[in-house]
Amino acid sequence: MLKSRKSQLAGLAIAITATLGASAQAAQGITGAGSTWVYPLVAKWAAVYAKNTGIQVNYQAIGSGGGIAQIEAGTVAFGASDKPLLPSDLAKHGLVQFPTAIAGEDLVYNVPGIGPGQLIVTGPLIADIFMGKVKNWDDPRIARLNPGVKLPNLDITVVHRSDGSGTTFTFANYLSKVSPQWKARIGADTSVDWPTGIGGKGNAGVASYVQRIRGSVGYVEYAYILENHMDYARMLNASGKILSPSLAGFQAAAANVDFTKAQDFYVILTDQPGAASWPISGCTWQILRKNAPKASNAAVIRFFMWGFEKGQAQARSISFGPLPVSTVQAIKVYLKKNLGI
Amino acid sequence: MANSEAPEPARGRRVIVLQADFLFHKLAVLMATVVGITLLAAVAAIGYDSWPAIKTFGVLGFLTSSQWDPVSRHFGAYPFIVGTLVSSTIAMLLAVPVSFGVAVFISELAPGWMRQPVSAAVEMLAAVPSIVYGLWGLLVFAPAFANVEPWINDHLGVIPGIGRLFQGPPMGIGMLTAGIVLAIMILPYISSIMRDVFIATPVQLKESAYAMGATTWEVARNVLLPYTRTAVAGGIFLGLGRALGETMAVTFVIGNSDNLSASLLMPGATIPSVIANEFTEATSKLYISSLIYLGLVLIAITLIVQVLAVLLLGSLRRRPGGAA
Repeated sequence: MLKSRKSQLAGLAIAITATLGASAQAAQGITGAGSTWVYPLVAKWAAVYAKNTGIQVNYQAIGSGGGIAQIEAGTVAFGASDKPLLPSDLAKHGLVQFPTAIAGEDLVYNVPGIGPGQLIVTGPLIADIFMGKVKNWDDPRIARLNPGVKLPNLDITVVHRSDGSGTTFTFANYLSKVSPQWKARIGADTSVDWPTGIGGKGNAGVASYVQRIRGSVGYVEYAYILENHMDYARMLNASGKILSPSLAGFQAAAANVDFTKAQDFYVILTDQPGAASWPISGCTWQILRKNAPKASNAAVIRFFMWGFEKGQAQARSISFGPLPVSTVQAIKVYLKKNLGI
Repeated sequence: MANSEAPEPARGRRVIVLQADFLFHKLAVLMATVVGITLLAAVAAIGYDSWPAIKTFGVLGFLTSSQWDPVSRHFGAYPFIVGTLVSSTIAMLLAVPVSFGVAVFISELAPGWMRQPVSAAVEMLAAVPSIVYGLWGLLVFAPAFANVEPWINDHLGVIPGIGRLFQGPPMGIGMLTAGIVLAIMILPYISSIMRDVFIATPVQLKESAYAMGATTWEVARNVLLPYTRTAVAGGIFLGLGRALGETMAVTFVIGNSDNLSASLLMPGATIPSVIANEFTEATSKLYISSLIYLGLVLIAITLIVQVLAVLLLGSLRRRPGGAA
């Protein structure tokens, strides 16, 4: 009895040593933490990268807030945030940041008789709907934009995200740009003080509420529109063109930004000019420490450069738009200047 | 000879028993202390982390403000306190009578062969993970309930006074849905305790009442409940504690809105649901601190409920028949 217990203990000790050994080995790879939104992309890239190079990338989707805290504390090699840090904040903590991939979101609705792409909306109209000022689908402000569409007399139920998310930040940031009243009353952050509506958890939660509640309208990532075959709106962009959401539209929004002029890539891709630019486009930023060991920063940069160049197909397969070549070039220059890598 | 030999091993054994007893005593004290220290340390850490929010909003200001605005960094707990208390109250109003019925059925009415399966079925409800209740509530219950809500609007919504509680668009999710899902979740806790103590009630007491011509209801009301009331109250508070702290299932079906509404059909939010929703992407220090402060408020609410429970149990014990 005693002997068997001893051997059990010995077995346990071996197991613990093995686990510790394994984690020590993982620590030699690249560790990152942050945004849940970019997680599918980093995970996909990491799997292929590990197969090709043998280097493990261990990314924990703990949320943007957590990612920023972890990189400030120096416990990870890179942090990911859906909201760029202000250049002043970067300077204060000795950090650098660069964009990773582009995605977009759109309005989805559940209105009997109106199919995908049949409804046209503008930014100010979305703001009025989400502020509870446009309450019914037969409102003249909707009708004016959609002549020929039969709008029912049906109450609008607004569906927003209940959890803090980059999706909400991008959406609210866009509305702040196009509606002065939204900017004054609500503003933009990963979660905002919604004046009306119900909150669903995650893109999936919003999608499921919209699919179920008649008369509802919400906003979700493009990938969820494709996956769930949802009724999406066409939008009027900053250049006065009416567009359907597409990867090309998200990339166009980034292509029109002159990143060489924007300090620390502090540009939010919403409401960008350009005939093809999708208005509600967003981005995730990777954050690195200037004073981290050079080898660690270099490993992180090698991984993302590999992703920018070789991981485009994987990105597209999950509805992330690869960065335009010009942006990747700007990132290279920026990193050379700030990190010497 | 037998006398001189016998005490020897007995004394040796006694020493071992005494030592074991001593060790066990110390070990038990240690365990109890560790639990106490852990609790205190947790409260202290939560208090420390919520200090920036306490300093900014104060206690009363935080408890009474109904604005929760991450953009302007103004945080108030009032809508979430109300949401927590209202959803738990709905759950208790529904779960306690049903649990009582289930327990009386199992202990008094069910034929012998049915008791075990019914008990097991009720206890199985406790084994279902709360995330499953959340998904079930969102995908199955809420759509079905959305079809019932127009009826609620038309029949309960027109009653003067309380009618206001039952008016609103038929979305299927909201405070009432959260309360109902919570009720199903806490039902097994309350009913299994009730069932156990009802079964443990001395047969003589029950039989004498039946012999006097009492109905099953009269036996339950006048014999079972008075005899077991402290245990029954304990079970109810166990269920209430669980309802107050439930996170995942509520988050899925409550609608997550910090706009307070008189109607139970409208969305709301609870303290655990808002913490679970917003913690991961909370980016400013004050935001995180306010979320932790919410946790401190929840601990305080739970503590107040516990104290009330202890006081209530004390007063029940002092009454005749409260010895059990």
